[in-house]
Amino acid sequence: MEKVWSNKKAIIFFLFPSFVILTLIIIVPIIMSSYYSLLKWDGFGKGEFIGLKNYIDLFSDKAFLMSVKNSLIFAVSSVFIQLPFSLLLALVISKGVKFERFFVTVFFIPVIISTVVIGQLWMKIYHPEYGVLNLFLRAVGLGNLAKEWLGSKETALGASVVPVLWQYIGYHMLLMYAGIKSISADVFEAAKIDGASWLKTSRYITIPLLRPILKVSLTFAVVGSLKVFDLVYVLTRGGPARASEVTSTLMVETIFKSNKYGYGSAMAIFVIIECFLLYWLIGKMFKTDEVV
Amino acid sequence: MGKSKKELDKVKKIGTSGIVYSLLFIWAAIQIFPIYWLFTFSLKSNSEIFGGNALGLPKEWMWQNYEKALVTGKVGLYFFNSIIVTGATILITIVVSLMASYALTRMNFKLKRPMNAFYMLGLTVPIHSALLPVFIMLRSMKLVNSYIALILPYVAFAIPMAVMIFTGFISSIPRELEESACLDGCSIYGVFFRIIAPLMKPAVATVSIFTFLQAWNELMFAVVFISDTRYKTLTVGIQSLAGQYTIDWGAIGAGLVVATIPTLIVYIFMSKKVQDSLVVGALKG
Repeated sequence: MEKVWSNKKAIIFFLFPSFVILTLIIIVPIIMSSYYSLLKWDGFGKGEFIGLKNYIDLFSDKAFLMSVKNSLIFAVSSVFIQLPFSLLLALVISKGVKFERFFVTVFFIPVIISTVVIGQLWMKIYHPEYGVLNLFLRAVGLGNLAKEWLGSKETALGASVVPVLWQYIGYHMLLMYAGIKSISADVFEAAKIDGASWLKTSRYITIPLLRPILKVSLTFAVVGSLKVFDLVYVLTRGGPARASEVTSTLMVETIFKSNKYGYGSAMAIFVIIECFLLYWLIGKMFKTDEVV
Repeated sequence: MGKSKKELDKVKKIGTSGIVYSLLFIWAAIQIFPIYWLFTFSLKSNSEIFGGNALGLPKEWMWQNYEKALVTGKVGLYFFNSIIVTGATILITIVVSLMASYALTRMNFKLKRPMNAFYMLGLTVPIHSALLPVFIMLRSMKLVNSYIALILPYVAFAIPMAVMIFTGFISSIPRELEESACLDGCSIYGVFFRIIAPLMKPAVATVSIFTFLQAWNELMFAVVFISDTRYKTLTVGIQSLAGQYTIDWGAIGAGLVVATIPTLIVYIFMSKKVQDSLVVGALKG
């Protein structure tokens, strides 16, 4: 058998197609992007090599800095609003409420729907005249709060964050719920016998045992926020006046609208580095905690 | 006294559980309301949507909205394109990932460890890095505006997750099965296609669901690589539709419903499997 499993030709046959695709679409482009990011290039003809100038320019580019800040706002809202709320839902549902399956199933529905559809839908919800939000505000006598949510600089970013939080709460809830369900029932039984309340059990038993899942959720929430594109693209295209611009939308615009291929590539590399950095940081955060 | 305390506790308990249930139901309503609203306004005329019946069921069911979206708005075409692209993506991803996973778990070769790491690398690389270089490759091969322009990148970014799920699954299959098949004179290809592949059904289902959601809902590649209406998938197509019919909410709503129906059907019939697939995908990554 070992001989059969060492068949060189078979190994190459099995690995070849996926290896070629991965190399061509993922590995080679990283190298190409890094190279482009050192060029001043409009996409046609030959680019001019300018070293790290694109990167230096990035850090004095107001639009870019704004987009990084906005992406971070997405990340912070996910971590401090979405995750705690998801955790609360997961804790409540898993303690054995009636209609448990129903709640899990319903809370998860927005996750599977295309962000484009979600975006179009929320655009209608936010519509200044006929949107459900303003209709509701007027109906309860708060009509003076009704405004052009996506069209004004003060609210555009917040209005773009809300649908993202809304869409993925169910996702994090499901991860945490699955995690809680995989904790041995004996543990909870023992806590019950000791007379621990639900709050105490959650605080001292469930949440600590859930650490690996919380790490996954945190990683997804942060990295996902830094990469956010679809929803902002659909809702505002980063406007008005870049008020809701995130790095991904700015990158696409820089490359494909302004034809600044080199400069846009520097943004792409920035996103990659930013994501890797946060993967590393979150990994480290959870490791040192384990030792303590 | 003891009794009254007990009674008090009971009242308290019913009170808190009442609050808990109301909150859960309110949240369920918040999660589901926009989708309900979408279905109703997709069947209304503008005069109903804008004229006082924004929230209720349609008084007159405007199925014409669907005809308008599907035919004039070309959502039918976009739907067809999405089926082709997503279908091909799932099929290719499964075949190539299954093959790779077999080699990566069972076969013996020097570079096995680095090769495993190579496949897992794709899990952490954001698609941002691929966008421009792949666009340039496609442009130089005159492949911008084609199905393959989307299928290739979708497959590439689906492979790492698929390989991870498949390798986990293959490792749990006892080697004796393959060994006895081998004694019966099966070749390595026979072992793979006749013994392993048929056993992989549950993992194939998981990977299919995962890949389906990814490809069906993807926007960034689709927006950049496709500008020709003939090849637009639903995500880009819906954007054009919304631009075309800014004030005809019924038609846009109908388009959005059409784009969502396949996902909802998959979810309604396999909600547990869909949930499990996404959990497995997340926890392994």
